[in-house]
Amino acid sequence: MTNQRKGIRLDRILRYGILIGGGIIMMVPFLWMVSTSLKEYAYVIEFPPQLIPKEPTLNNFVEAWTTGQFQLYLTNSLIVAVSSVVLAVIISAMMAYAFARFKFPGKEILFFSILLLLMVPNIIGIIPQFLLAIALGLRNSLLGLVLFYVATSLPLNTFLLRGFFETLPREMEEAMLMDGANYFTIFTRMVLPLSTPALATVSIFSLLGFWDEYILALTFIDDQTKRTLPIAIASFHGQHGTDWGLVFAASLIAMIPIVALYVALQRYFTGGLTTGAFKG
Amino acid sequence: MGTRKTKKRPNLSAQQLPTVFVFLLPGIFLFLVFNIYPLLKSFQISFYDWSIVPNRPSEFVGLDNYAQALKDPVARLAFRNTVLYTIITVPGQIVLAMAAALLLNGRIRGKVFFRTIFYLPVITSWVIVSLLFRYMFQSPNGFINYLLVNVLHLFENPIGWLQSGSTAMIPVWLLGIWKGIGWSMVIFLAALQTIPEEIYEAAAIDGAGSFNKLMQITLPLIRPTLVFVLVMLIIGGLNVFLPIALMTNGGPLQQTEVVLTYMYHQAFDFLDFGYGSALAFMMAIFIVSLSFIQIKFFRRPSEIY
Repeated sequence: MTNQRKGIRLDRILRYGILIGGGIIMMVPFLWMVSTSLKEYAYVIEFPPQLIPKEPTLNNFVEAWTTGQFQLYLTNSLIVAVSSVVLAVIISAMMAYAFARFKFPGKEILFFSILLLLMVPNIIGIIPQFLLAIALGLRNSLLGLVLFYVATSLPLNTFLLRGFFETLPREMEEAMLMDGANYFTIFTRMVLPLSTPALATVSIFSLLGFWDEYILALTFIDDQTKRTLPIAIASFHGQHGTDWGLVFAASLIAMIPIVALYVALQRYFTGGLTTGAFKG
Repeated sequence: MGTRKTKKRPNLSAQQLPTVFVFLLPGIFLFLVFNIYPLLKSFQISFYDWSIVPNRPSEFVGLDNYAQALKDPVARLAFRNTVLYTIITVPGQIVLAMAAALLLNGRIRGKVFFRTIFYLPVITSWVIVSLLFRYMFQSPNGFINYLLVNVLHLFENPIGWLQSGSTAMIPVWLLGIWKGIGWSMVIFLAALQTIPEEIYEAAAIDGAGSFNKLMQITLPLIRPTLVFVLVMLIIGGLNVFLPIALMTNGGPLQQTEVVLTYMYHQAFDFLDFGYGSALAFMMAIFIVSLSFIQIKFFRRPSEIY
């Protein structure tokens, strides 16, 4: 009996030991980023490096925030990300509902092409998308980014939401139909309110993707005043040579909204929507 | 064709077509214009020596771009690098994510704390983490070299990680694994929580050890989840672009190009849209066929998705 208990205790110690060790390894890059961002340039290039800055300063944050057009880029990113999320969720929810509840000509082929585009990365189409953006006058336009972002997020969002909508009981919808409600009422009054967790998850992951999007923004935007944050951060790195303190201060500022969102809405990040959809 | 067998349910009849149309219209419009059209256009461009000058017509060259890709040593190396990245990072992520999920499953203190730590890289932008790894693997005075040479004394001299083609992929692999663990872990955790405790108790009475429980009970029960994660990670691995673009940009001497960075460079640095499109299309066909093979191979009749 005592042997067994010892075994269990050892097991627990081992378990926490591995978790703590793994956790430290996972955190080291972030800690190093924070440490670097708190150093003056002279200390950043110093070797051997100070692991914990002896004279920490927030100068990099002040400089990142006030230099150039950082606040403009932040605003651009917010505008693009938020409007893309709103549009993407509404449009993909509508499409997903049609897939979950109706039969219509061409349904199979349409669904198949959605599955296909789930596998093919968007960057495969970057060349014609670039030509298309020129033809439609969408280069150097935030609206252009929004349209492309919404479109590229449609396959995954539609697929996930369709999986969720199919789990909703049809009986309630049928009862509402009997009472004379039309499908738009059913959709807005019943389906969407019942799907809040799924919609939240889809919104969050879309937001993450849009907030971080780099390739389309890099390819479509030349006008410096239309840049988004990821482009700005990457070019911070180029422009200021090796001023890593500044690069990471800017990066940390860009991370704040996402981390805040994660802390506030953690259960939607870690919920099982993706697995649920796939178990069908 | 969609209106067959519609008598049973009131909501499937042909009168609903206008309603369906309204639900589908905005999505289909965007989908066709911004997704399907570019894909088809890319297919067309791949058969041309595509002209970017308005008054010079593009020349149809048949399969020349594809033939060029098959002969191009850089394209081959890029393909090799892409596949190697996938072969290394996918098992790396799955094994470590599964280990983390198993350790965090059940009653454990600080679960939310550990989960957050493992998940933080997932929600951090690729741009930021790529720059961060580039900075850590700098030579000679980067953090990793400091750790290996000055602290742990594992090496005599600093390693020029990103300066040499033979070592430059290692930081990229490590980044891929580190960033991805949390994503798979969360999905595994959700799946593990669906396994009832009683099954393990019964197995314990039968004298099954931890390893046996894992192989005989846990893994078979979460098989659909494993397959899902595997397929998604392989697709993601073959699509690797950003860490290369931001850490090595294909260098030194194009030795770390992956297919998509090479495609991008061909298109937007050398303005060879035809060749770029051919490379993109070959990659797309490869990814899609591989995914279908995997789904066919792994799927059991009961696991329909």
